[in-house]
Amino acid sequence: METFLQQVVNGISQGSAYALIALGYTMVYGVLRLINFAHADVYMIGAFSGYYLANSSLVQTTLGTSVFAAVVVMVGAMAICACVGMLIERFAYRPGRSPAPHVLPFWLGILGAGFGYQAEGGAIPIFFGSSVGAMVGFFLERVVGIRPERRYSSLKVLIVAIGVSLFLENGGQIVFGADPKFFPQIIPTRPVQIGGLSVDSQRIVVLGVAILLMVLLNLVVNYTKTGKAMRAVSFNIDAARLMGINTDRIIAFTFALGSALAGAGGILVSLMYPRIDPLMGIMPGLKAFVAAVLGGIGSITGAMLGGLIIGLAEVMAVGYGQSTYRDAIAFVILVLILLVKPTGIMGKGMVDKV
Amino acid sequence: MKGWALWWLVGVAVLVVLELTLRGVVGPYNYQILGLIGINIILAVSLNLINGYTGQFSIGHAGFYAVGAYTCAAVVVYGGEAIRGALPFFPALAQDAVLLFLGLGAAAVVTAVAGLAVGIPSLRLRGDYLAIVTLGFGEIIRVVVLNVDSIGGARGFAGIPQLANFFWIYLFVLVTIVVIHNLVHSGFGRAFVSIRDDEIAAEAMGVDTTRYKILSFVISSMFAGIAGGLFGHFTMYLHPNSFTFLASFYVIIMIVVGGLGSIEGAILGAILVTAGLEVLRGLGPFRLVTFAALLVLVMIYRPRGILGSWTLFGRKSGAKARPR
Repeated sequence: METFLQQVVNGISQGSAYALIALGYTMVYGVLRLINFAHADVYMIGAFSGYYLANSSLVQTTLGTSVFAAVVVMVGAMAICACVGMLIERFAYRPGRSPAPHVLPFWLGILGAGFGYQAEGGAIPIFFGSSVGAMVGFFLERVVGIRPERRYSSLKVLIVAIGVSLFLENGGQIVFGADPKFFPQIIPTRPVQIGGLSVDSQRIVVLGVAILLMVLLNLVVNYTKTGKAMRAVSFNIDAARLMGINTDRIIAFTFALGSALAGAGGILVSLMYPRIDPLMGIMPGLKAFVAAVLGGIGSITGAMLGGLIIGLAEVMAVGYGQSTYRDAIAFVILVLILLVKPTGIMGKGMVDKV
Repeated sequence: MKGWALWWLVGVAVLVVLELTLRGVVGPYNYQILGLIGINIILAVSLNLINGYTGQFSIGHAGFYAVGAYTCAAVVVYGGEAIRGALPFFPALAQDAVLLFLGLGAAAVVTAVAGLAVGIPSLRLRGDYLAIVTLGFGEIIRVVVLNVDSIGGARGFAGIPQLANFFWIYLFVLVTIVVIHNLVHSGFGRAFVSIRDDEIAAEAMGVDTTRYKILSFVISSMFAGIAGGLFGHFTMYLHPNSFTFLASFYVIIMIVVGGLGSIEGAILGAILVTAGLEVLRGLGPFRLVTFAALLVLVMIYRPRGILGSWTLFGRKSGAKARPR
């Protein structure tokens, strides 16, 4: 019985991390009807931002290990992820949907930086390469007049999402290095006794932070003007635009919000499992997406519920069954639930969609 | 002799000549790449049947590819001695051919059954839900393969004889193209395209949409299985990591880059993506980053693919390929 309760606690903390990632999927799907595969890699970037922030001299020397340092790491990583999410939206998903200048300079600039780095290494060739790339891009866009085709199809954005995901994974292997790193212990770990149960303090922190973030998200979505606009956009994007809502701004905000949550998820998971590498996002990302679909994609409550179900099922499967089948559990549950209820558990009508 | 039989004879003769000379002309490395291009053409053309013509969105193709690869390899590795023993007076070349055919036949049957088993429940779902369920099935298949020790499990399946070569791969490329071309230009094909263009209207006109969706799914899976069997016997080694959802993505990238809903597009996409990834090898670590950025740019600036639904032979079937 005691080990069972122990497993339940582990499952809930694992599930709350999945839920945080799932929220980003479900919100983006709500506004754009897009499976944002790059979301899993934003989660990875969150973990790495946390790693570099925690090892930075600012946090190491001036703050030391304190609650304040942990908060700085967390908020910093979330801010970085929010920016990454907005960049992805601006330069990958927006072209073709809305007017979006500077797309070619952006991508060719990045490629040019890569070529510069490979040719020489060091700051000057990278800067030179990226300027040449950006200038070529500018020339093509402004003078030659290559413009994105104004045509929205969900398959197109899906391939773009896969492309961005591949880009971030492989870019991460170059920037962060392909070998795994170990996330520092920014929160002291010690067993805490709760009614005869011995629970790791980290898991309590993870659960607490996840719940806090979800409550904050609910407040933002349900009680602010921007949140109202988000709900309007997910309900009907064309009508929302006609009502004077700046849909591009709302979509960018949604990406920022979802990506910040994914970044938080990345740090929370890294606290429990400190091994991080540039491909760490793939499996959790897939499972979090499954959690979002399971709960009914587009529904915020559903994403939380789905995350908890997947987390619990996985921990139980490892604890009491075949741990080698761990990665299949989420998909088996998904298939079973969708066969019974094709829109997911909470996916019914337009109830609290974002 | 009928015209088509003559064409087949010519095709086979050309392939035999190519098989005998090609390795010497282009070198073993390029020969290997050509073989992989052929296998990817089979995969892309077959996936195009579901995604391009029937308009159902599957991202689990790698699962069926894996089922075919492992079935074929298991038949040949575990049944090879018995089958060779049953054909004592055949020359080794003929024994190899019979063995390969039996393996591929088993692979085709097993993957078709797997396609049926996956298709019947999941094709009730639409759009993104179907996509994610097929992805789920693909991952389940991979994890199961990872756990079956007799086909190598996590170690990978080694010791597969090299039975497939350029000749066999491109023979099956021809078979796949001809079968799928004829299929999509038949009454079946019109039913598929009608489901893609408007499922409700198709149903109202009396098309049994579920039946046709399952049919296209099963045929597509079957060819993926054949591609898998050829892959195993061409590279002589199988590992579950070759069959992750990323492998399914690559096939989707091929058909979308080439142009959805056109066989020529799928072929062009398979060639471009496979050869492109090899050409980019010169970039070292930046290879996949560059590939990904190019993919994003192609999709932003040319979302209908490089060929769109342009066709080389015959009428256009559903010229305005509307992706989903």
